[in-house]
Amino acid sequence: MDPRKPGERLLLQGNEAIVYGALAAGCRFYAGYPITPASEIAELLSVKLPQVNGTFIQMEDEIASMGAIIGASLAGVKSMTATSGPGFSLMQENLGYACIAEVPCVVVNVMRGGPSTGLPTNVAQGDVLMARWGTHGDHPIIVLAVSSVSDCFSITVKAFNLSEKYRVPVILLSDEVVAHTRECITLPQTEQVRVVDRIAPKTPPEWYKPYATNNRGVPDMAIFGDGYHHHVTGLVHDEWGFPTQNPKEIEGFHNRLHDKITKGFPEIMMTKTFDMADADICVITYGCVSRAARMAVKNAREHGVKVGLVQLVTLFPFPRKAIDSALRQCKAAIVSELNMGQMSREVNRVNQYDCRVIKHSRYDGQMITPDEITKQILSCA
Amino acid sequence: MVVEAEVIRQNYLRHNKKFPHVWCPGCGNGIVLGSLLRAIHSLGYDKDDVVVASGIGCSSRMTTYIDFNTLHTTHGRALTFATGVKLAKPRLRVITVMGDGDATAIGGNHFIHAARRNINITAIIVNNSTYGMTGGQYSPTTPYGSRSTTSVYGHVEHDFSISELAITAGASFVARGTVYHAAHLDRMIEQAIVKRGFAVVEVISNCHVQHGRRNKLGGAIQMINTFRDQAVPVAKAKKMSAEEMEGKFTIGVLCDVEKPISTEEYARIRHESCQLPGELHDEDDQDY
Ligand SMILES: Cc1ncc(C[n+]2csc(CCOP(=O)(O)OP(=O)(O)O)c2C)c(N)n1
Ligand code: SF4
Repeated sequence: MDPRKPGERLLLQGNEAIVYGALAAGCRFYAGYPITPASEIAELLSVKLPQVNGTFIQMEDEIASMGAIIGASLAGVKSMTATSGPGFSLMQENLGYACIAEVPCVVVNVMRGGPSTGLPTNVAQGDVLMARWGTHGDHPIIVLAVSSVSDCFSITVKAFNLSEKYRVPVILLSDEVVAHTRECITLPQTEQVRVVDRIAPKTPPEWYKPYATNNRGVPDMAIFGDGYHHHVTGLVHDEWGFPTQNPKEIEGFHNRLHDKITKGFPEIMMTKTFDMADADICVITYGCVSRAARMAVKNAREHGVKVGLVQLVTLFPFPRKAIDSALRQCKAAIVSELNMGQMSREVNRVNQYDCRVIKHSRYDGQMITPDEITKQILSCA
Repeated sequence: MVVEAEVIRQNYLRHNKKFPHVWCPGCGNGIVLGSLLRAIHSLGYDKDDVVVASGIGCSSRMTTYIDFNTLHTTHGRALTFATGVKLAKPRLRVITVMGDGDATAIGGNHFIHAARRNINITAIIVNNSTYGMTGGQYSPTTPYGSRSTTSVYGHVEHDFSISELAITAGASFVARGTVYHAAHLDRMIEQAIVKRGFAVVEVISNCHVQHGRRNKLGGAIQMINTFRDQAVPVAKAKKMSAEEMEGKFTIGVLCDVEKPISTEEYARIRHESCQLPGELHDEDDQDY
């Protein structure tokens, strides 16, 4: 299973595909702490990373893991960590640091049932809103969800690319089902994988302002040891990177941090639609449930129901445009998810039409089956 | 001397960007800052090759003022960020500055594991026996019976020794100094930076504003003079009885051993298993 033999068909589980995606995207540093159902990512990377001149380290906890990947990224190496709910809780502190100091990194959360130690290790999608709002304070963040082994490869690459381009931490939400499902995938040729890197400053060190606004809204990023000897802090800072108490600078700082993501909306917000052209009912899903929903839509179509599927790849920033057009078009939208209605609440929040938003939850540690979704669809028809 | 001080002031302080500083007049943090700069200067390092990471607290504000690659992290986590920097770019010389609360309360777990791992990082811990920044609450090094804003009836817990903790956890080098013995502190910090492996310098410092005042220990000068009276060099302490050492503490090099460094060991694994020789950069891998 050599990642450098692309074109080969491999039978991989989701967690393994995340590893190959990360390596293809240029990830060369991993720090983490063992937790099921994410541990395979660490185990495989501990083998693969030294082979590509990368570094693996098992830290003393998830707080430390998050700190270490930020440090590595500031030293110029693309880095990631992977965990599940309890560890994701511990990462929130330093995740906020990555947001405020604009440090690219990728955090994989392979969801299991919560809260607390919860349900080790049954499937759940209970960390959706936490991924958006888990760390304190207003902060921009990108949250992506994977639904298949092939997603685990390609969306992981996207996660790194977005994180490098926008200088934000990107949360990759997987779940126990996707993580442990084995499917055949073909790894793309190395040169077919589009890899984006952060932009280094061209200005001489004396003129370099580490957090200056530019037309991209994303400051050029110097790395430690490259001659810029700049300051990085978790305090709200001015353009030079030093702490500020000036109300104007504080407001400007927050605005820029959010604007850089707003500017990138068209590229960042990814959704997939199936059979939506003539649909008057839609199912809205993300992650593993999307697979059951595909089947359910197909079955319901055989019953003559005009139903389609909107699968969210990007969960946050919330893909408002795609959801809005689905809600305008349909009389009913079924949000199927493995929690008590976290995403259906978001869908409802943006609903401006007569469309009925139906919360379809399951939270007993089991997958939603295609039949359950078909039943929901037929009851709306 | 005067010329040298001016050279250091000009070269290593971010004077046009970040002064005046936040510290109270007489705070020991300034003396530690001076020692750190003198040590780096006398070692002749290029400031681009030095990374200084700190946590949160008065002492940790130091990174704002000094002109290296500086990383002001979250409370207690400086060593975790520093570990990432060091592993990602072993050629950088990585130093952390932390307070006693920062390094041994909230960051205690990271501290013992950095020592156990014996990663090639220098840790300077400014021990002022209190949480200075948040207003003088008790810390892991607040002495039994002391008054603090959270122990107004007298502290009922016992303190521990940061240096002994570091030795037990596996640090390669552990030294203790005080802000009274500034020239000695320069040497301790210099030795710690040069030492290959995890090296700790515990600096006994004064927070006269939060700790001294509440415990009738006097102002800055009186507190610093007390350190002169309490500090006993390691060699002398060996000849003293337990009774004679009552109320005193040792200063100097407490531990200096050679042991494998995890960063170097890992570099070896990488060299042996790397399948992409094109990606290997010996220079970057060189661990200083
Ligand atoms: C997670 C977290 N908890 C609490 C604080 C508040 N806080 C800031 S500094 C500090 C204590 C600093 O004490 P110490 O590390 O001894 O450094 P000193 O200020 O005495 O130099 C605390 C508790 C924080 N910033 N973050
Ligand atoms: S509060 Fe104490 S530690 Fe903080 S600057 Fe003042 S004297 Fe120094």
